[in-house]
Amino acid sequence: MKTFLTTTAIAAFALAAPAMAEIRIGASLSATGPAAFLGDPELKTLEMLVEDQNARGGLNGEQIELIAYDDGGDPNKARTFATRLIEDDEVVAIIGGTTTGTTMSILSVAEDAEIPFISLAGAIDIISPVKPHTFKTPHTDRMACQKIFEDMQKRAIGKIGMLSGTDGFGASMQAQCKDVAPDYGIEIVADETYDPKDADMTAQLTKIRGTAGVQAILNPGFGQGPSIVTRNYRQLAIDLPFYQSHGVASDGFIDLAGAEAAEGVRLPGTALLVADLLAENDPQKPVVAAYKAMFEEKTGTPVGTFGGYAHDAWLILTDAIGRAGSAEPAAIRDAIEATTGLAGTTGIYNMTPEDHLGLDLSAFRLLEIKGGKWTLVE
Amino acid sequence: MSELLQFLFSGVTVGAVYALVALGFTIIYNASDVVNFAQGEFVMLGGMITVFAHAAGAPLPLAALLACLGTAALGVAMNKLAIEPARGAPVVSLVIITIGASIFIRGAAQLVFDKQIHSFPAFSGDDPIRILQATILPQSLWVIAGAVAVFTGLWLFFTRTLLGRAVLATSNNRLAAQLVGINTPFVMTLSFALSAGIGALAGVLVTPITMTSYDVGLALALKGFAAAMLGGMGNPKGALVGGLVLGLLEGLTAGYISSQYKDAAAFLVILGVLFFLPQGLFGRKSTDRV
Repeated sequence: MKTFLTTTAIAAFALAAPAMAEIRIGASLSATGPAAFLGDPELKTLEMLVEDQNARGGLNGEQIELIAYDDGGDPNKARTFATRLIEDDEVVAIIGGTTTGTTMSILSVAEDAEIPFISLAGAIDIISPVKPHTFKTPHTDRMACQKIFEDMQKRAIGKIGMLSGTDGFGASMQAQCKDVAPDYGIEIVADETYDPKDADMTAQLTKIRGTAGVQAILNPGFGQGPSIVTRNYRQLAIDLPFYQSHGVASDGFIDLAGAEAAEGVRLPGTALLVADLLAENDPQKPVVAAYKAMFEEKTGTPVGTFGGYAHDAWLILTDAIGRAGSAEPAAIRDAIEATTGLAGTTGIYNMTPEDHLGLDLSAFRLLEIKGGKWTLVE
Repeated sequence: MSELLQFLFSGVTVGAVYALVALGFTIIYNASDVVNFAQGEFVMLGGMITVFAHAAGAPLPLAALLACLGTAALGVAMNKLAIEPARGAPVVSLVIITIGASIFIRGAAQLVFDKQIHSFPAFSGDDPIRILQATILPQSLWVIAGAVAVFTGLWLFFTRTLLGRAVLATSNNRLAAQLVGINTPFVMTLSFALSAGIGALAGVLVTPITMTSYDVGLALALKGFAAAMLGGMGNPKGALVGGLVLGLLEGLTAGYISSQYKDAAAFLVILGVLFFLPQGLFGRKSTDRV
């Protein structure tokens, strides 16, 4: 009797299986909370792309189910959701970790369960040292520093002042820039900070301006801080070259700071911001233009770098599942690591066992704001 | 010399923002001894409603008026729906209710509005005013003028009007106030409406400088609260002076010592002041008769 029941159960499962054939992909993003302005476009991007992929017949003939949780930027919640995604939802891969904090929580859970995980957060610690199952799409803040210093070197700038936000992003980039500055013969002669919610930074800027030998000022940070710094910069009529970070690489920054105040500001950004300016033969042109058109039609809001990170994570994952011809976590992981020449919105990905980011400095375009518009410096 | 002046201008700009927020705390505190931790949310609503009304086509002054009235109505609703039902609860419980209200308003704001950072044009343009090599933005003058106007209004209200005295009487002893014929529920409603309106006005004035998003309230309320404590909770003069002192401390520390220590220096001074003057710089000495 018992044997009969078991056999029936197995038969029932076997019959049901083809109908349930679907690839389950998990996501834990900060769609609300302090990092909401990053997580919100990321979630919208993923939902949009999943819908599109399913409408085009899915992947390897199977439909995709996206199971997305909102961790509100809280690392503890992110850990709980990662565990739930793996144990209850039985996903084959996880995208997410909007911030470095939530990424670190998900990372340990995903590594233990040997589930491939693609992070959308900036810090270099996520992929250095390399962990077998963890990948990420955004360039690191170290690369942003290198790109900026490269440009400073070209302009023969040797001494700079830094004004950094004390949030995670600003503090991490501040540390990375100080670390790589000597490689470019750059000396940081003034090093000031501000709280991300401060209303006025003219005191810090006045102090930096008064430091002997300063030739340029760099402001790593995101949120409203850099916009206020930029306005204060014009208020004080400082005529030194002014650099911002990739943290404010969006049209919103020009609106908030005002086109007049932002004139001449340089920063490293992705191809997504200057989609219309890319050369026709640019390998990123088609993917950037397609994502921009799709996102803007779907949401009615302009695309930003952060939604682009989610787009690229999705691209890498679907590309890998397609090449692997299987949705087994181990096969996906191997395929992601073998990604070569995949053009995303952020850059062209070439993963190796030693490099789980796969971008080089060419992924950053050095941009300058002129007349309220982005222009390419190179 | 011009550097000192610039540090002072920076301090005054920031200080006027704190003072304006701190002034909002005074009325509800005077009426009920409750520190309203949703005050920062009122400031946020003032900015956000103006941004969205302006974007929808309303001219800036009308949008600002809408924001102040709308927020005042919300203050009344908060009193009716959250504070009044808990009548008779100890002050600590009421304070915790206001924390709950602030979390609720913040959550609702990110659904009703959005999660982006917004701003609207400064009232008198962005061309800085130059004084001896140092510069200040015209909007900073608006904020300072707003803080002084609200302070004057509150001072007149509490000392020269019957209604203002009724508010103070309610705070002193609610039962006695009722016995002499003061309509205490009305006084509470009025104080929430006024506090919320002042908070919203602060939001309207500071948004061109600080920008706004659904979550700016918490940080503003914290600094405003610190300013109010420094000056003496419940005293409009204390709020004004406390805010300016706090801002100047931050500006001067950032300029002469290091911006890394600016918040630490400000809070050290607050701790020091409260150690010697627990009621703040201008706080009234409370004597409880036993």
